[in-house]
Amino acid sequence: MAGLELLSDQGYRLDGRKATELRKVQARMGVFAQADGSAYLEQGNTKALAVVYGPHEMRGSRSRTLHDRAVINCQYSMATFSTAERKRRPHGDRKSTEMSLHLKQTFEAAVMTQLYPRSQIDIYVKILQSDGGNYSVCVNAATLAVIDAGIPMRDYVCACTVGFVDETPLADLCYAEESGGVSSLALALLPRGGQIALLQMDARLHQDHLETLIDAAMTACKGVSKVLDEVVRQHLQEVSVLTRE
Amino acid sequence: MATVQVSEAEKVYILHGIRDDLRVDGRGCEDYRHMETETDVVSNTDGSAKVTLGHTAVLVGIKAEIRKPRPMLPDEGYLEFFVDCSANATPEFEGRGGEELGTELSNTLYKVFNNKHSVDLKSLCISAGEHCWVLYVDVLLLQCDGNLYDAISIAIKAALFNTKIPRVHISTDDEGGKEIELSDDPFDCMRLNVENVPCIVTLCKVGHRHVVDATLQEKACSVASLIISVTHKGTVTCLRKVGGGSLDPESIFEMTEAGKRVGKALHTPLMNLLKQEESLGKTRQKVGFLG
Repeated sequence: MAGLELLSDQGYRLDGRKATELRKVQARMGVFAQADGSAYLEQGNTKALAVVYGPHEMRGSRSRTLHDRAVINCQYSMATFSTAERKRRPHGDRKSTEMSLHLKQTFEAAVMTQLYPRSQIDIYVKILQSDGGNYSVCVNAATLAVIDAGIPMRDYVCACTVGFVDETPLADLCYAEESGGVSSLALALLPRGGQIALLQMDARLHQDHLETLIDAAMTACKGVSKVLDEVVRQHLQEVSVLTRE
Repeated sequence: MATVQVSEAEKVYILHGIRDDLRVDGRGCEDYRHMETETDVVSNTDGSAKVTLGHTAVLVGIKAEIRKPRPMLPDEGYLEFFVDCSANATPEFEGRGGEELGTELSNTLYKVFNNKHSVDLKSLCISAGEHCWVLYVDVLLLQCDGNLYDAISIAIKAALFNTKIPRVHISTDDEGGKEIELSDDPFDCMRLNVENVPCIVTLCKVGHRHVVDATLQEKACSVASLIISVTHKGTVTCLRKVGGGSLDPESIFEMTEAGKRVGKALHTPLMNLLKQEESLGKTRQKVGFLG
């Protein structure tokens, strides 16, 4: 890969960021009036829309009802025009099913499901534009949507994808970095307690580097949580101003 | 389509209101809801547009690829439609639930848009019989509050206007084979002429009158609807009746006339808005979903 250095000698990445810098995060809650909760989040060029329906009665198979808590049902799908090469099927392929399961696992750790026995909470996430860090952007968008729906959670769930290049951890990978053969690690964190909801890495990494990488991921997630907190407070202010008059 | 439960009393209320030309939200029978259109929302497509019509939200992305032309029409390009009824709109569309509606919508879109009268397909040809541009038009349904056809057709027209297809040069290499080169300049592109692209108007028969841009509640009170695609000159290019009820010929003629009137009036403000957006160029503030 001549000329495409993932980390230059001066410490700059492909898009000009430093190693620990996150992409610009812009978000908006309450995008759709019909859903119970919705949020739109952009992290750099990756754009995701999350919509939450629930808690409501179990749809479909009643046998999957849990007597003591709510069932969380997630679906991850990508718009066909989201990737550089057109995707033929928005969902249903293995990658999307795997992502949906990861999202389900992540939110089961955070949402206080014991408050809603025998019901179902649906979380649908749609990627409108994909430029790396799909899982992380989905989790961040879904957190905002769940908060918008008024469903109580233990803490914000923030996620970040980090990679390891030249002995340096890179926070918040973009597509070019992800496909450039970097060992990447996706982490979903509940920032206040420092609890990890999901940890996934599928590349080769030396055991000694693992701790540095996880620490970098946790720092990046805490950074994201500050931004999300700001968005939620701003949204609350706007909504309360509108309803006060 | 996502359905709502409407009680008998509500149905009577809606029917009586429409009979007196006053709908539940105060509109007249031929008025549209508040419509917002924005182009160039998704940056890695060749053209995109987002349309919000009341609570219905539709996002269209167009990607252009080079393929072999269809054998029957070797000197024309073509359009491929795909409608994705996403679970965002309603939980019923989860998994494969939205496929039926999506197929129905895309089949109608093929009939309306994929012919040489709507879009100049000859301009999409690169070399006859070998290469042509195929425009993959992907429609994403984000929120469903009635009147999907109208919103989708306006979004498609806006997205086609916004589409920038790179210019290609064909050169013959040493062995006599053809080489296609895309021009290096990212701003050297071809735009499509969308003057003749029609807009779809859906008219629902409620009681003895017909309404344009029906909400889900009004749709639940109607027995049948008529889908008309109208060009800017008022020419009807496609007509289809949907729904389980029956319509008598008198009302079909009446509805067609109303549809032509309404459809013709849609094009001018839309083109004005698109041209205004275009003229702002780089200074335009892109809002997308953040606004």
